[in-house]
Amino acid sequence: MKHTVADRNLPAAVELIGVHKRFGTVEAVRGVDLRVEPGEVVAFLGPNGAGKTTTIDMVLGLSDPTAGRVSVYGMSPRDAVRRGLISAVMQAGGLLKDLTVAETVAYTAHLFPVSRPASEVMARAGITEIAGRLVGKCSGGEQQRLRFAMALLPDPLLLLLDEPTQGMDVEGRRSFWAAIHQDAESGRTIVFATHYLEEADAYADRVVLVRRGEIVADGTAAQVKALASGRSVRATLADADEVALRSIPGVDRVEVRGSSVIVHCADSDTVARYLLTETAAKDLEVAALGLEEAFVALTGGRDAPRTPPPVKSGVRR
Amino acid sequence: MPPTAPADPRERPVPALGGFSSAVVSLEIRRLLRNRRTVMFTVVVPVLFFLLFGLNSAYATDRVGRGNESAFIMISMALYGAVLATASGGAMVSVERLLGWSRQLRITPLAPGAYIAIKMTTSLVLGLAAVLAVYVVGLLTHKPAMPAGLWVATGAALWIGSLLFAAFGLFVGYLLPSENVMQIIGFSLMLFSFGGGLFVPLSQFSHALRVLATFTPLYGLNQLVHYPLVQGPFDWTWAANLVAWLVVFTTGAIWRFRKDTARV
Repeated sequence: MKHTVADRNLPAAVELIGVHKRFGTVEAVRGVDLRVEPGEVVAFLGPNGAGKTTTIDMVLGLSDPTAGRVSVYGMSPRDAVRRGLISAVMQAGGLLKDLTVAETVAYTAHLFPVSRPASEVMARAGITEIAGRLVGKCSGGEQQRLRFAMALLPDPLLLLLDEPTQGMDVEGRRSFWAAIHQDAESGRTIVFATHYLEEADAYADRVVLVRRGEIVADGTAAQVKALASGRSVRATLADADEVALRSIPGVDRVEVRGSSVIVHCADSDTVARYLLTETAAKDLEVAALGLEEAFVALTGGRDAPRTPPPVKSGVRR
Repeated sequence: MPPTAPADPRERPVPALGGFSSAVVSLEIRRLLRNRRTVMFTVVVPVLFFLLFGLNSAYATDRVGRGNESAFIMISMALYGAVLATASGGAMVSVERLLGWSRQLRITPLAPGAYIAIKMTTSLVLGLAAVLAVYVVGLLTHKPAMPAGLWVATGAALWIGSLLFAAFGLFVGYLLPSENVMQIIGFSLMLFSFGGGLFVPLSQFSHALRVLATFTPLYGLNQLVHYPLVQGPFDWTWAANLVAWLVVFTTGAIWRFRKDTARV
């Protein structure tokens, strides 16, 4: 996403500085620093309970951080909401069953001092045909497109999507993302939380990986993949010297299976060179990890805490 | 296409009146009318009660102050309808919280106070419909008799007074986040109506019950709205009862409302 010239005068779309959020004894967010520039499309990727929704709630001004500071376009989240600068598509709920689709859009439109025409946002969200239907009679996908239409009304500079395609079928997800993607072309800043890796990979310029309330990696999908110790080198080698292999800089893990050895490492070139020059290894294969593996590696599976944390600072732009 | 009207986000306007508008109120009224049960209980039932109790020839034309017994009962039933309307309107917040609508509204410029004002206004419109229904039916039956000015005075007084129960509805609506809140409201108001003397004259109660009744929330309001008709000595405990319950319900509603909108 290219920034327009006017964007240079704008403060960061989202800025979190040292943000902590504690609920009783549980620390849901543990020191998050994040800066999102205007026009970026950012995926907030992490397993359930990683603190994604808690962070989004703070950006929306629905809750205050226990410590640290959150600002949106240089102002407090609540001020940004009052000016219609932020919109959000929430996971579920937030709709009145006894209003029609068109009435819900009209209701929301009246709450903003300036808004796009109802017909326009309904067309962009693809709900024009169901305008007269009661919300209670709409499918999950239709309700989600209605939430999207409502979010478009104030013509927000920042759009937050919290697990927007949760519970949608494949076709629903596809058409929802098509609408979002088309919208992102206009230069709107989009931050979405997801635990669908392919969504982050396909739709985001930048992936912020969160685990247990902390950012563990931040960069393009390619960078994040590379960060997760990126490559594996496989070779046929009898009597591999595991200790020697492990001592190569950047090597994460060595697996020996019969006559084959698999070395997980950050720098596959060094490992390959070592194997080919110092040992009798043959049939060398070098493979990159998918985002799926990167995700598992960086988030330490679902719960197991890894010490020391893999990549604390990550790649910042 | 640039996504924003003014280039500088800080120049974007905030809504007047915190987002309160007649357009939103009219959409809320449309929602309310779609809920047949609420309309039935607040508008139709009080009219039926009046037709049942207010026309009995055994006492309907008995003289009461500046009018007759039928007029007295008409005022009681209109008050019942009005308080049911405002309490139901206030209690709608309960269902809206359950559905996450309140949370959705918090990511719009709508100010929390304006949301309450929208609920109150909507409730008052339904309350007005309830009052008008009973009074118009009363007029058509030719039974209630009182000076023309008193029709307006008592109607306006009980309509405005019913705001006390908008606060009650909000309080209960915030306190009990459940779909059953309407039943609880309906049952409480039935009890309060007996206690306030809306259905049965308090003189028919035992002494102990009569004393107890004077402390119930509809007692003061009911006595006050009948006063222009009944006349006679003014009892300041009526006003004290009204003020006390107004303080209780408003404080309770504000307390729960603050808790609900607090950003924790």
